[in-house]
Amino acid sequence: MNLLGEDIVNENGEFVINMGPQHPSTHGVLHLKIWLQGETILRVQPHLGYIHRSIEKMSESLSYRNFIFATSRMDYLSAHINNLACALCVEQGLEVEVPERAKVIRLLMAELTRLSSHQLWWGSTGLDLGAVTPFFHAFREREGILEVIEETCGARLTQNYMVPGGVMMDLHPDFQRKTKAILKQVKEKISEYHELLSGNIIFQQRTQGVGYISPEDAVSFGMTGPCARASGVSCDVRKWYPYSGYEGVQFDEILETGGDCYARYQVRMKEMMQSVSIIEQLIDSIPEGEIQAKTKNVLKLPKGEFYQKVETARGELGVYIVSDGAASPYRVKYRSPNFSNLSAMSHMAKGAKIGDLVAIMATMDLIIPDIDR
Amino acid sequence: MFLQFSLSSLARTFHEYLASNIGEGFLLQVLEMVIMGLVLIVFLVLLCFFLGYMERKVAAFMQVRLGPNRVGPKGSMQIVADTIKLLLKEGLTPNSSDKFLFNLAPMIMVITSFLVVAPLAFSSNFQIWDTSIGILYVSSVSSMAVIGILMAGWSSNNKYSLLGAMRSGAQIVSYELSIGLSLISIVILSGSLQMSEIIQSQQNGWWLLKGHFPVWISFVIFIIASTAEINRAPFDLAEAEQELTAGFHTEYSGMKFAMFLLSEYINLFVVSAIAATVFLGGWMPFHIGNFAAFNQVMDYIPGFFWFMGKTMFIIFIIMWFRWTFPRLRVDQLLNLEWKYLLPISMVNTILVTIMAIYGLHF
Repeated sequence: MNLLGEDIVNENGEFVINMGPQHPSTHGVLHLKIWLQGETILRVQPHLGYIHRSIEKMSESLSYRNFIFATSRMDYLSAHINNLACALCVEQGLEVEVPERAKVIRLLMAELTRLSSHQLWWGSTGLDLGAVTPFFHAFREREGILEVIEETCGARLTQNYMVPGGVMMDLHPDFQRKTKAILKQVKEKISEYHELLSGNIIFQQRTQGVGYISPEDAVSFGMTGPCARASGVSCDVRKWYPYSGYEGVQFDEILETGGDCYARYQVRMKEMMQSVSIIEQLIDSIPEGEIQAKTKNVLKLPKGEFYQKVETARGELGVYIVSDGAASPYRVKYRSPNFSNLSAMSHMAKGAKIGDLVAIMATMDLIIPDIDR
Repeated sequence: MFLQFSLSSLARTFHEYLASNIGEGFLLQVLEMVIMGLVLIVFLVLLCFFLGYMERKVAAFMQVRLGPNRVGPKGSMQIVADTIKLLLKEGLTPNSSDKFLFNLAPMIMVITSFLVVAPLAFSSNFQIWDTSIGILYVSSVSSMAVIGILMAGWSSNNKYSLLGAMRSGAQIVSYELSIGLSLISIVILSGSLQMSEIIQSQQNGWWLLKGHFPVWISFVIFIIASTAEINRAPFDLAEAEQELTAGFHTEYSGMKFAMFLLSEYINLFVVSAIAATVFLGGWMPFHIGNFAAFNQVMDYIPGFFWFMGKTMFIIFIIMWFRWTFPRLRVDQLLNLEWKYLLPISMVNTILVTIMAIYGLHF
C-alpha cells in the first residue's frame, strides 16, 4: 500500500513499472512494461509505436530516387547501409550495372558506418552499465569517422549518399589520407577500450551469463546480426549472400558461442577490427572511373517484386519492393533487424534483475526508430 | 613568530577575547556554538563548491574533454552559477506525496552530514568536539543518513524512488559492518576511540605505514565500504541513472535536490577525512625515523594542510573509481559485502588483535 492507500502491487503481488517511453537507458522512445517481484523481472512487454512515421506508406508516394532517403531515418546509425539496401533493390529492378569505383566507394562507406555505429554502441554500453567515461572515448574516434563521411557526402548522421546506379558524388581528395589516419587511431584505441571496459571485473560480472539465448531460440525469434552470431548462429549476409563486392574482400564472420551479453560485446568488438581490415584492403585500390551508371531521369521499375537484403550494423535489413510499373513503388516493406531482435528480449530478461535488463538492452544495440519505422 | 601561529592558538585567542567581553558562562558557550556552527556551514558549503569543481575537472581529465572553463577564471565560478540556478528553481512537491516527509528528507540528509563533521580534527588541538567516543559517534550518526534516503524514496510515492530507496537501505546497512570492523582495527591498535588520541598514537608513523598488511587490508576495505556507504559509483545503485532514472531523488528539484547533492559531497569529505585521520595520521606530518632535517622541514608545513592534503588524495581516489568503473548489480553488491568483505574484515580484526597484543607493529 502506498501513501494514498492504493496497492502498489497488482492482484498477483507483482510490482509493475513502466520503463520509458522517456527513460535514460532505452535510447529513445521504447516503452517497456516490466512486472517485478522485488528486483527480479517476471516478464517484459515492449510497447511500440511512439516513433512510427509510416516510412513504408510514405515511400509509396515518393519516386524511386527519393524513397531511398527516408531510410536514413530508420536505423540512423547505419544510414549508408540502409540507403545501400534500397539502391541495390532498385538496381536489381532496373538491371543496371554499377561501375566498379562506385561499388568500392559504397563498400568503404558501409564499413565506415559500421565502425562508427559499433563505436557509439560501445560508448553507450559503458554508459548503460554505469561507466560514463567510455562514452566520451568512443565519441573521440567516432568524430574522426564522421568527419571523413561529412567531407564526402555533406552529412554526419542521416547521410543520403547512395543513389540508384552508384553514389551521388565523388570522394573528397583527402578521403584516403584521412581514412588511413583514423583507422590507425581506431586500431590503437580499441586496445584501450579493452583495457578500460572489457577487462574490468565488474563489467565482466555484469555481462557474463546475463541475457543468455540459445542458438535455437535465436533462430526461432528471427534474430540476426551480432546478437545471433554471439549465440553461434552463422548469419552474416555479407558472407552468405554477398552483395556490392563483398565477395572480393577477405574478412571473417565473427562467431561466439556464449550467447550472453559478454559474447554479444565480444562479437561487436571483433567486428570493429574486421571492418578496419576490410577498409584497409580497399582504401589503396579504389579503381578510377565513373561513380554512377547512366540512368533515366524518371526511374520506372518493371512490374514485379524485388527483394534485397544487406547486413547493417545490427543485423539483416531486407527491402521488399512491389512495383506496378509506375514511377513510385506500389508497396515497400522493410524487414528491420531491431524489430526481430527486440522480440527476443522478454525471453532473455526473464528471471533477470533490473540492472540486467539494462545490460541486455545495451548489448542488443537497439535503435528505436528502426523498430517502429 | 610565524611558526608559533596555529589554528589552535587562533581559536584560543578568539575565545579569550570573547571571554573578556562577555565573561565565562552559559552565554559564551551558546555564542561560541552559534559562531562555530556558522563557520562550519560556510566552510563546508565552500568545500562542496570546491569538490564539485574538482569532480568536474577530474571527470573531464579522464574523459578527454576540458570541463567547465567559461564562468570565472578556469571555470571556477561555474558551480556558483549552478547553485544560483538551483536556488531560483521551483522546488516542486508532488501532489500525491507525503508533503511533510518529502520536505523533511533532504534536511535530515544535510543535518546528519553536518553532524558527523564535529569530531574531525582539522589541525593540532583544533576540533569542534573532542569526544571520547569519536569513532563510535561518527559511525552511529552517519548511519542515520539511510533514514533520509528511505524517507525520500517512500514519501515521493514514485515506484522508481521506492526501488532506489530500498536498494540503498540494504546497501548502507550491510556496508556499515565492514566500515565498523575496519575502524575497529585502528581502535585496537591505538587503544582509544578519541580522535585526538588516535592521531597522537601515530606520532612516530602513520598506521598505514607501521601497521603491516592487516592495516592495509582494513584501509582498502574501508575505502571500498565507505564508497558504498556514501552511494557513489560503482555502488550508486540507489540513484542508478540508467536503471531507475534518478532513484530516491527522482522527484526532487531545485534546492531540495541541491541538498542531496550537498550532503553527498559532505559525506565524501567526511569519509575521506576519517580515512585520513585513522589511517594516514590526520594532521600529523610525514616523518622518516631519525632523519631529523627532513622531519623538521615536514614540521614547517601546517597541520591543516597535511590534513586537507591527505583528505583530498582519498577524495581523488574515490572520484577516480566513479569515472572508471561500471556499476555493480544489486545482488553482486550484497555478495561482495556478505561473502567477501565481512569475512575478510572479521579475520583481519583477529589478526590486528594478535598484532596489538604481541606488539608486532613498528
